[in-house]
Amino acid sequence: MMDKAVTFAPYDAEKVFLSARQLGCQRGGRVLFQGLDFDLKAGEVVALHGMNGSGKTSLLRMIAGLLAIADGALNAPPALSMHYIAHQSGLSPRLTVSEILRFWQNWLGMGTAPALDVEAALAHLGLGAQADHMSGELSAGQKRRLALARLLVAPRPIWLLDEPTTALDAAGQKTLQNLIESHLAANGLVMMATHDQPVYVSQKIQLPETGGQLHGV
Amino acid sequence: MASNKAVLSPLMHLLRRDIKLSFRGNSTGLTLGFFFIALTFIPFGLGPDLALLQKLAPGLLWVALCLSVLLSLEHMFQADIEEGGFDQFLLSPVPLELICFTKALAHWVAVALPLVIVSPLGGIFLNIRPQDMFILIMVLMAGSLALSFLGMVGAALAASIVRSGFLAALLVMPLYVPILIFGSTALAKAFQGGAVGSELTLLILMGLAAGFLTPLAAAAALRARLM
Repeated sequence: MMDKAVTFAPYDAEKVFLSARQLGCQRGGRVLFQGLDFDLKAGEVVALHGMNGSGKTSLLRMIAGLLAIADGALNAPPALSMHYIAHQSGLSPRLTVSEILRFWQNWLGMGTAPALDVEAALAHLGLGAQADHMSGELSAGQKRRLALARLLVAPRPIWLLDEPTTALDAAGQKTLQNLIESHLAANGLVMMATHDQPVYVSQKIQLPETGGQLHGV
Repeated sequence: MASNKAVLSPLMHLLRRDIKLSFRGNSTGLTLGFFFIALTFIPFGLGPDLALLQKLAPGLLWVALCLSVLLSLEHMFQADIEEGGFDQFLLSPVPLELICFTKALAHWVAVALPLVIVSPLGGIFLNIRPQDMFILIMVLMAGSLALSFLGMVGAALAASIVRSGFLAALLVMPLYVPILIFGSTALAKAFQGGAVGSELTLLILMGLAAGFLTPLAAAAALRARLM
């Protein structure tokens, strides 16, 4: 992987924010969390901690508008301002790596100039040699890198990353850290569900183990 | 509000991608194989009575076409949902209704249309006369559009359920009955030398109505199931 820093075009800081008031989530009749308050602004990276099943993914999906909000209020820009990188991120096994990235660049990068074009993004993420390989042939770590490559070809100011370091090797984690730092420098905002303790995190949201109430972050 | 170009360009990419995936995956090959095998086996089951084969051909062709299309419905949304692609679609400014429309159109091009094109080969086994092959293609093509769009509703209702193909088929079967009836009637009349303009028009209108209305229903079903 290349360690050369990527430069994102600056986002309008006024339009980069996330705030929640008394936000709650229930799945299958079980309360995952309730009473969640937070105010986030441009330049912040927030780590979302919690046990498995505590609602980290649900919270990210609610923010992205992929899950209906049942309790409380969420104030966020439109979903078009967000990237949501989940465990499964639209990597069709019967398409090549470059076909997938080109497709998602077209879908998600409407009207925005890429930070890197498809070839450069793949090279940056260490996938240059796999550009013509079917994504089904990639390892778990390579698939994660391919999903992260979307952040480069279709820049959006808010990144919602669900355990982004899963399956990434040390070099991959370092590249991700560099990407996040470049993104923050361009007034970006990152919320990531993680079990790690990244040094670059500016805030932490701890979800309760058994659907408890949160009294601020 | 996204401009027309900003919406159309991703939809064209989606159309091309879904067609490519259908040809690279199992959908096109599997349905073609099923259709052809079904039509090849029928003469062996019914015996060498050529007049009987010709009489039953309209219904048999339509049943084979409907069953073949039903077989492929599971793949319309399931792969994108399981692979997380659908979440990404929802993060774009493209309305879900247009995404559904495009996916059904891709299904028609990649699955239903190839069946229509190879239908004369199957028609040979059913003793259809060479001069009737053109009208056979015309009638099947007119009805197949509605099959893909109505099938999309079943696929959307059964989306997010693992191995939902059977459920989708059950949901869609009643919707296919009018097409089956009008399509078979049109072919039977055509093979007897009658005019089929009204039936053909009706099938085309059913396809257009399905193309307009079913994306709304499919998008509502997907929103209810996925969100």
